[in-house]
Amino acid sequence: MDEIFGIPAPLLFGQLLLGLINGAFYALLSLGLAVIFGMLNVINFTHGAQFMLGAFVAWAMLNFLGLGYWWALLLAPIVVGLFGVLLERTMISQLYKLDHLYGLLLTFGVGLIVEGLVRNEFGSSGLPYRIPTELTGAWDLGFMFMPVYRGWVVIVALVACIATWLVIEKTKIGSYLRAATENPALVQAFGINVPRMMTLTYGAGVALAAFAGVLAAPIYSVNPQMGSNLIIIVFAVVVIGGMGSILGSVVTGFGLGIIEGLTKVFYPEASATVIFVVMAIVLLLRPAGLFGRA
Amino acid sequence: MAAPGGFSGTDFKTEETVFLGFTRTQLVAFLVMVAFIVVSPFFLYPVFLMKVLCFALFACAFNLLIGYVGLLSFGHAAYFGMGGYLAGHAAKVWGFTPEIAVLIGGAVGALLGLLIGWLAIRRQGIYFAMITLAFAQMVYFFCVQAPFTGGEDGIQSIPRGNLFGMIPLSADITMYWLTAAVFLIGFLFIHRVIHSPFGMVMKSIRENEPRATSLGYRTDDYKLMAFVLSAALSGVAGGLKSIVFGIATLTDVFWTMSGEVVLMSLVGGLGTIFGPVVGAAVIITMQNYLAEFGAWVTVIQGIIFVLCVLAFRRGIVGEIGNWLRVRL
Amino acid sequence: MTIHRRGLLAGAAATTLPFASLRAQQANTLRLGVLTDMSGPYRDPTGPGSAICTQQAVMEFASRLGVQAEVIQADHQNRPDVGSNIARQWYDQGVDVIVDVPTSSVALAISQIAREKNKLFLNSGAATSDLTGSACSPNTVHWTYDTYMLAKGTGAALTRAGGDTWFFITADYAFGHALQRDTSSFVEQGGGRVLGSARYPFPQTTDFSSYLVQAQASRAKVLGLANAGTDTANCIKQAREFGLTRNMRIAGLLMSFMEVHSLSLDTAQGLLLTESFYWDLNDRTRAFSQRVQPRMPNRAMPAQVQAGCYSATVHYLKAAGALGAAAAKADARAVAERMKSMETDDDAFGTGRIRPDGRKIHPTYLFQVKTPRESRGTWDYYNIAATNPAEEAFRPMAEGNCPLVRG
Repeated sequence: MDEIFGIPAPLLFGQLLLGLINGAFYALLSLGLAVIFGMLNVINFTHGAQFMLGAFVAWAMLNFLGLGYWWALLLAPIVVGLFGVLLERTMISQLYKLDHLYGLLLTFGVGLIVEGLVRNEFGSSGLPYRIPTELTGAWDLGFMFMPVYRGWVVIVALVACIATWLVIEKTKIGSYLRAATENPALVQAFGINVPRMMTLTYGAGVALAAFAGVLAAPIYSVNPQMGSNLIIIVFAVVVIGGMGSILGSVVTGFGLGIIEGLTKVFYPEASATVIFVVMAIVLLLRPAGLFGRA
Repeated sequence: MAAPGGFSGTDFKTEETVFLGFTRTQLVAFLVMVAFIVVSPFFLYPVFLMKVLCFALFACAFNLLIGYVGLLSFGHAAYFGMGGYLAGHAAKVWGFTPEIAVLIGGAVGALLGLLIGWLAIRRQGIYFAMITLAFAQMVYFFCVQAPFTGGEDGIQSIPRGNLFGMIPLSADITMYWLTAAVFLIGFLFIHRVIHSPFGMVMKSIRENEPRATSLGYRTDDYKLMAFVLSAALSGVAGGLKSIVFGIATLTDVFWTMSGEVVLMSLVGGLGTIFGPVVGAAVIITMQNYLAEFGAWVTVIQGIIFVLCVLAFRRGIVGEIGNWLRVRL
Repeated sequence: MTIHRRGLLAGAAATTLPFASLRAQQANTLRLGVLTDMSGPYRDPTGPGSAICTQQAVMEFASRLGVQAEVIQADHQNRPDVGSNIARQWYDQGVDVIVDVPTSSVALAISQIAREKNKLFLNSGAATSDLTGSACSPNTVHWTYDTYMLAKGTGAALTRAGGDTWFFITADYAFGHALQRDTSSFVEQGGGRVLGSARYPFPQTTDFSSYLVQAQASRAKVLGLANAGTDTANCIKQAREFGLTRNMRIAGLLMSFMEVHSLSLDTAQGLLLTESFYWDLNDRTRAFSQRVQPRMPNRAMPAQVQAGCYSATVHYLKAAGALGAAAAKADARAVAERMKSMETDDDAFGTGRIRPDGRKIHPTYLFQVKTPRESRGTWDYYNIAATNPAEEAFRPMAEGNCPLVRG
């Protein structure tokens, strides 16, 4: 058995693969955050709560309506996205002209409310949610067992990331959106309903969070605080990638997943801190993040 | 980033400064505050009041940076928490008297502030906030790993000791007067800094940094100095808190504490002298008196933040000042 | 729910009413404050259920013993500063006993305050063995469980049953370290070996796959989870996903009934864990649980910490009744002495006693979680795998370094 830095090579490969899978989650979560920041200039701190809502809606659909995982994957993002639309219309839209700080604080407050209400209703220790039968089981890769479901997560996350990138960079709607971020008045003058576009963009970003939530439900404990543990890491991912850069957050998501995975082998205690070390170094060397425009 | 809401769109009356750099309205407000501090222990619970004062000092220190230099730090828990740990360690293990312990807390805050500030002030806006957060998380990691902090159990039963080695502080009311004195000294010190020539340069950086540079000020030096002052006072506040409560734990170093101090300043009013004090009082009162409502604490807190952002963006003191058309 | 709400109102009154009027108002009413986690990760196994069980004890026993008692409650938000602020205020304003207090850092702080103010502290929710060890106090009784008892209950029994090689996944904080250290020593005493461990950052970890794969690679027979709450739930969920359950036994070193409930038997089946209470142990525990169940949140069966609050309160009321309410309010140390000199006896924990160092002792049980097929319905979750007699279950007094009993 070959060894790399004193760690058996197969174990290291396994950890790299797991890092990549975690990276897929980070990428998917930071994608929504980056879309919202890039297009609306709002730092969406409710993202964690919306991720959690996705998982809870999936649970509710199964238990109250008898709708399984596949339906949840389709419908839960729409339900939570509509909640996002409502939030944008009633509150966030009033803050566009103000400093980022206010958007951050508002969404932070909304996150607290959502988390508190869910905890009051369902308690703190979580709810059960099963892996769909089609995706149970594991492949024996020789150096580790690879659950089928994790493979599915990586594929779905990649598809979602590429699709989002294509929509924003290559379609007409995407170009309107980008134009509206640069100069809303001008875009409005061309007869495009900018406020509605903003609303839909926010809804879409939130739907992405909920989508990630449904993906997470079978493998992570579905509890009210599941999102707040992740939000700060995902936030760091977006900053390192360059605020608002979609490509940046996707690449950084995967990259950080791998770095974190390696840290978990060599110095597991530091695996949460390593992300911040990377963030500090990146910001000192490249002020606008890896892919951001200064 | 973070041009405080309290400054835009209001025609303030121009008032002469009458005493210690206070305008007449500010002086009245200051005297009301002092009177409240003197009278309140007779009808409110002193330990609760001490907690408010510790956090008020912390929030004032934080506000020095965001309100007067325009820098939003999202890592102030590092200075507060480390100040608390070191003061606690000094009092418990090294056996220092409380005033020395608190000063050690301040010194630790200043040193840490110098180190982190030196790196962080090269960036602005959200990137400044993120870089301070990143360093604060590293400090948190250090605190989890270092043996002297006692992990999540924290440093327990820190003695209050005797002030100057003579006056025992075990009675809550004695401790209260010391806390009140430290707070007032800190408050007046910050006020003095803001109204010094140094403070004027700070404010000019907030309003227009390129112009301040073109006038020949080395703005980075000013920013770093303000950062160190703010961190030092946060360390004092943290040290004081661990002497008052006899404990120093990880919650004081965690990023949520950094968030909390932002909220205190915002609720009270960014860039106002009295805002952070009022904000700290409101938030601590909420934590304490909403505790009976169990799980509703988080919900009610959330609603208050939402309301503040949507309806009272200038913060409590900012709104009052705007209404009276005076700077508070 | 009426009682719950009354508790709320009383609680609000306790902290807002001025000091003097309160004293005069209720001269001889015993006041119990349940200080617990209402809004955080430990809400389900402690939280509102702890308050309801305390209330239950008062309802059943106060008038029978000729004392008046009332229960108030508050949320310490798992923060030592918030907790100790409320505790000081309560004690100064006439609360005689603080009950429950999960989260070790808060519990240690409150134990100190109780001693300083000569009030009583009945801890049920915290894990640290220091409460009756180096930080023991004549005013503190530690009721339900502690890290040593968990480590011994699971570590020793499992090693004896052939689980002699271990791998730990440990939360990187004092509680996790203590649990791992204590369990390791029992494993080694039993002739077993610890093959490795991974410490993960707490509380910022959601994905445990990396550690689980490391555990799998170690080829240990037992995976010990030295963590609590949702972290444990996440570990178990993912361990099943990664197929660890096929060749490893999983021991949740601090797991409660509520986590098993939230995981569902599907995922949790076969798990091993130590607790000192289960609603379906015997006729008395069944009777108690059925009495309290209708008022519990989501009509849950009580978990061990909540039952511990009931048991501790019953014993406190008996001691206070024997001394007389006025005397009991005047000197908490005397009440604690009295409690230690009387045998405990209640439906939840049966008979037992409190040692001079403040440790309540009773038998503990190693449970194995049932398969969905074995279970006869919701809440029917455990088979008893082993029983640890009371005198052996907890750390011997001499090893605890408690200054009260030294020499």
